[in-house]
Amino acid sequence: MHKKPIVYPYIPNSVPEIKEAMMKEVGVTDPMQLYEEIPEHLKYHKEMQLPKPILDEYSIRRHTEELLGKNKTCGEHLSFLGAGCAQHFVPAVCDEINGRGEFLTAYVGESMGDHGKWQALFEYCSLMGELMDMDILSIPMYDGGQAAASSLRMANRINDRKKVLVPATMSPDIFLIVQNYLNSVPAPEIQIVKIGFDANTGLMDLNDLKNNLSTDVSAVFIENPSYLGFIETQAEEIGKLAREAGAEFVVYTDPISLGVMEAPANYGATIACGDFHTLGLHLGAGGCQGGFIATHDDMKYISEFKDLMFGLTDTMQEGEWGFGEVLFDRTSYGSRDKGKEFTGTSTGLWAITAGVYLSLMGPQGMQEVGTTIMQNCQYAAKKISELPGLKVQLSSPGFKEFVVNFDMTGKSVAQINKHLLEFKIFGGKDLSIEFPQFGQSALYCVTEVHQHKDLDKLVYALQGAVSC
Amino acid sequence: MARQKKLLRDNYHQARWDEPMIFEMSVPGERGVLVPLACENIVSQVGDGVSAIPANLRRKKAPALPEVNQMRVNRHYYHLSQETLGTDVTLGISEGTCTMKYSPKVQEHMAARHPGIVDVHPLQEPDTMQGILELYYKVEQFLKEISGMDAFSLQPGGGAHGVFTNASIIRAYHRARGDNNRTEIITTMFSHPCDAATPNTAGFKVITLMPDESGYPDLEAMKAALSDKTAGIMITNPEDTGIYNPRIEEYVKAAHAVGALCSYDQANANGMMGIHRAREAGFDLCHFNLHKTFSAPHGCMGPATGAIGVKEFLKPFLPVPRVEFDGQKYLLNSNYPESVGKVRTFFGNTNVILKTYMWIMQHGAEGLKEAAICSVLNNQYFMKKIAEIPGVVIWYAKGKRRLEQVRYSWEKLKQDTGVGTDDVNKRIVDFGIEHYWTSHHPWVVPEPFTLEPCESYNKEDLDEYVAVLKQISKEAYDDPNLVKSAPHKAASHRPTHEAIDEAELIAVTWRQYLKKKGKK
Amino acid sequence: MKKLGVIVNPIAGIGGKVGLKGSDGIEILKKAREMGARSEAPRRALEALKIIAKLKNEIQVVTYPDEMGADECREAGLEPEIIGSIESGETRPEDTMEAARKMAERGVDLILFAGGDGTARNIYSAIGSSIPVLGIPAGVKIHSAVYAINPHSAGEVASLYLQGKVVNIREAEVMDIDEEAFRQGRVSAQLYGYLKVPVERRVQSVKSGARSEQAEVEGLAAEIIANMDADTLYIIGPGTTTRAIMERLELSNTLLGVDVILDRKLVANDVTENQLFDLINQHGKARIVVTAIGGQGHVFGRGNQQISPRVIRLAGKNNIIVVASRDKLVALQPHPLLVDTGDPELDRELRGYVRVVTGWEDSIMYRVSDDAD
Repeated sequence: MHKKPIVYPYIPNSVPEIKEAMMKEVGVTDPMQLYEEIPEHLKYHKEMQLPKPILDEYSIRRHTEELLGKNKTCGEHLSFLGAGCAQHFVPAVCDEINGRGEFLTAYVGESMGDHGKWQALFEYCSLMGELMDMDILSIPMYDGGQAAASSLRMANRINDRKKVLVPATMSPDIFLIVQNYLNSVPAPEIQIVKIGFDANTGLMDLNDLKNNLSTDVSAVFIENPSYLGFIETQAEEIGKLAREAGAEFVVYTDPISLGVMEAPANYGATIACGDFHTLGLHLGAGGCQGGFIATHDDMKYISEFKDLMFGLTDTMQEGEWGFGEVLFDRTSYGSRDKGKEFTGTSTGLWAITAGVYLSLMGPQGMQEVGTTIMQNCQYAAKKISELPGLKVQLSSPGFKEFVVNFDMTGKSVAQINKHLLEFKIFGGKDLSIEFPQFGQSALYCVTEVHQHKDLDKLVYALQGAVSC
Repeated sequence: MARQKKLLRDNYHQARWDEPMIFEMSVPGERGVLVPLACENIVSQVGDGVSAIPANLRRKKAPALPEVNQMRVNRHYYHLSQETLGTDVTLGISEGTCTMKYSPKVQEHMAARHPGIVDVHPLQEPDTMQGILELYYKVEQFLKEISGMDAFSLQPGGGAHGVFTNASIIRAYHRARGDNNRTEIITTMFSHPCDAATPNTAGFKVITLMPDESGYPDLEAMKAALSDKTAGIMITNPEDTGIYNPRIEEYVKAAHAVGALCSYDQANANGMMGIHRAREAGFDLCHFNLHKTFSAPHGCMGPATGAIGVKEFLKPFLPVPRVEFDGQKYLLNSNYPESVGKVRTFFGNTNVILKTYMWIMQHGAEGLKEAAICSVLNNQYFMKKIAEIPGVVIWYAKGKRRLEQVRYSWEKLKQDTGVGTDDVNKRIVDFGIEHYWTSHHPWVVPEPFTLEPCESYNKEDLDEYVAVLKQISKEAYDDPNLVKSAPHKAASHRPTHEAIDEAELIAVTWRQYLKKKGKK
Repeated sequence: MKKLGVIVNPIAGIGGKVGLKGSDGIEILKKAREMGARSEAPRRALEALKIIAKLKNEIQVVTYPDEMGADECREAGLEPEIIGSIESGETRPEDTMEAARKMAERGVDLILFAGGDGTARNIYSAIGSSIPVLGIPAGVKIHSAVYAINPHSAGEVASLYLQGKVVNIREAEVMDIDEEAFRQGRVSAQLYGYLKVPVERRVQSVKSGARSEQAEVEGLAAEIIANMDADTLYIIGPGTTTRAIMERLELSNTLLGVDVILDRKLVANDVTENQLFDLINQHGKARIVVTAIGGQGHVFGRGNQQISPRVIRLAGKNNIIVVASRDKLVALQPHPLLVDTGDPELDRELRGYVRVVTGWEDSIMYRVSDDAD
């Protein structure tokens, strides 16, 4: 018996009569004739082993809900996880706008039919520009790791030097991304040297930095705030040393801190970068990251950006805004030899969302959120350090994260976190493998989403975890 | 008052809001959203918090962000969204090579609203996010089956990123073999530009092959380029012209013969699911754009995913962590000492993976094949109609069937009327259709336009599109100025500078613009 | 207001339709006219000028009398300023040269001319490359690269340029064809000079990573230099692309001639064939660096005859490096690069695929042939 062909809702011409009429129009009687240009032996004649389809919409929804239902979330659990992805408050208008179908499904249309998209992305760059106090940004990158890696390659293209200095406290994941990106054939193009830090404060060891600074250093890279949460209080001096050696000073920062912390541009950064997922984006299991690079208005830098830049211009109609692509062909700056890496689809929708967030927050909102974060974080750190057996590892002030040391409790972070889970708490990221010198330590992240009772609950649960 | 159903939307007009910049809407004192403040108890114990920041690192001048109330922020971005032609509102046939298919709303809502993805932190204990890991694992298994490859990574954040990761893997492979002489990668002129740019970024010298009159390079050219310095070949097939390159197998054999690897850029895989696989063609690596072939939306240029697949012997080099299954649970494994490391923080764009999962689950093997067949059928039907439009020329492969897209040329139209592809591309939005994709550079095919009527579009959609192009062609012959001065009904008009490269004219942020304006 | 100079060579291409190649020389001209030949130039010029005429209120047009431009301009609907004087029906190369000189004095922004290789040479010898020019093809097969693809395109590009729209200025070869030899079936060409020519510019999208031709040429120069072998003579052929190599090394160079360097130092400028042969003979190791010259993309045989067959064989066929910008190769498509060394057997041996260096760490595999197919 001939099986009735399925008509798929997303494949409208699978309606048999339509399909037949179209096949007739193109002169085939069997669909496989459409593929006559593919040699027979290169065709796949078997049937793909994929699960039986769930055809109706109710059932796929239910199936997926059951699948996602297997996950615990930071909604029902109290989470203190950070380390590059942090829980921040997401205004409803952010979700509203990035749920707009037009933005969700647009791509590479030109500036007339897609005027709105170009303006929204131009505004993202402009709003970030104010936050960073810098004039130049390009469209976004995949994430902060990519931004860091590209910033360092930019530095290399600018001064043609082959070494970069990074803090040993740097995010290990970003380090791996940078390492792969700076690699080359047959040998690494750019050498990466880790600079030591003070075990008590986390701050960069300036002597080690000075010993490594020479005329072959292309860039000095720091994170401020650091991956480990502390504020690099020596940032200005590090920047000065870098620039004196003729190197670029690349600062990786957290944009949500910039309502209360100074923009890197104003303490010497020549290139600033980071991840903007903290601006109006959800956790999304790591899928809501986005990278940015910012510099001053100097052709030396502008001509080294690898990604598209939208420039404001006018149109044939008087009084109308238009947008053009900013190119660098006529500049005499920039590496004439080396191509500027590659570009492609990255995180446009998230950038628009970050723009919406900054529009909603305004200067006061940014100042308030930064203040709340620091207050909550300091409160948590204070209370935790008062617990017997627990120690806040680094003495430097932090922004939203700090390292908690559990060595004196005799318990491992894994054990502590397991116990916390019973309280429906996700404890801080286990650092014992990444930073063995800190023993059994974890990175705790506290933001504006945590309320007093949450922090008290954490302290209570930790107390229990330690004593049992 | 009867109204007849029209084929062309000649009454269409895009929203044109004369929308100011958000900065121009600022009213000092207005608030868009209020922020949670630390409670009194906390404040009394830690003070203002910010005093902990050393003075020289304290923000001295508040960022000059605009102050706009919430209703106006919402309205502003709504206006901008109305001035954007996403596939939800227009015929995405225009963007050839981008595979603008319908992103089912059931998937979109799930990814954007379900707390089981939205509120999950990627560093949670694997036991607490088994659902997420299952998604990654299962999608990997699906893609393995679709391509024939042995292992996948879903970490790269876009197609080009995927190709870059493949180039990194090729680099790592040869270095592990102790061969430091493999410094070259070969690609073709019609492959995606990232097939040249990404290996270049990875440090390789790149050799590009030119097409001959068939539309793809001669085998002799490939052989002349291959040597013991070749690390790999990276090519797209079918290429952006929509022509399937039957020599692909010969290239692969020739490349393998000199010890080079073969990487398959499958950005154009939509017409081939269930019909042709990377494995049988002999490839060692491949990649798919999940936001093209597998229905995740394009999001104004992302988020996206370039899923990369490799044969077993290259698995050790894949980025970490890998999602694995021990028979009972899903886990994350970073114990791959030869891995290239990471190309992205965490493990991938989970929302894109979720949508891919749901789409494949709704179709199954038969449905994927049906999607492929209908996209090719759509394209061949479409091509026949477009070819009949005055002024259109189709280069290469005369009389041969193309796969899921075609690169056309307005060469004749330009010669006859002076109206070229850039002009037609501006007039097309006057009919509610988004700007089409011309071609990557360089324009080997003159006055190009590349269209891809994937399986999401029904016959009426195709007929509408053809009717619009036919109309514009007619206008070019009858009244070329109408086309040359278009668009007339879009959100904005032709920019005076589509390409800006004089330093004085560059304004990539509002503040830069204001500074320059102040100077002038 | 922009000023356009228009020069029509009314006898260019007159021999073509009656089977005579070229139209130099009074005798040939007389013969052609006896055979009832009509020149193509005026008609082609008119085609281009009709497009320019759309700008007539925005530009000033300056031209020469009667069939040297005035007739065509008026018929196209323009109102030109007419300068100079000619003997109608008896125009000569000197008229073209004088016209160019006068227009240069008048400060025109662009000279649009209709003619062939001879006309281009005349203009070059009159004013060098001081002003951009653009040719409307109207002769028999043209070897100089200063011409647009067709009259329509010439009109379009000239219009864009006069409107201040985005165009590139390219240096294009003016070839000096020995017309007598040509009539006897041989092509013998010298590189006469370079004229500046506007070329329509495509909006290069950053998404595809495209870079300017200028940037790429500098990149390829860097690539060549970075890979130079020690103790090896490098024979640098004529052309603007190869010039980039000399300039990067800060060595004096001969645009139209062949220079020789060793270990990044200058050995000789503008060598003859004999000198070249002796140098290679004495030194031993040598590599030849050439680029595509002329409208048909000749790697050997147009303007670099000093690199003779015996020089090539002495250096070694495998020691030839070809450089060219990607744009140039794309413009040549689908035709191959050509070789015409004068030794047919050597030409056949050079057939095949060559790796053309097109940028930093970038090359394109391109077909080389002795036959333009």
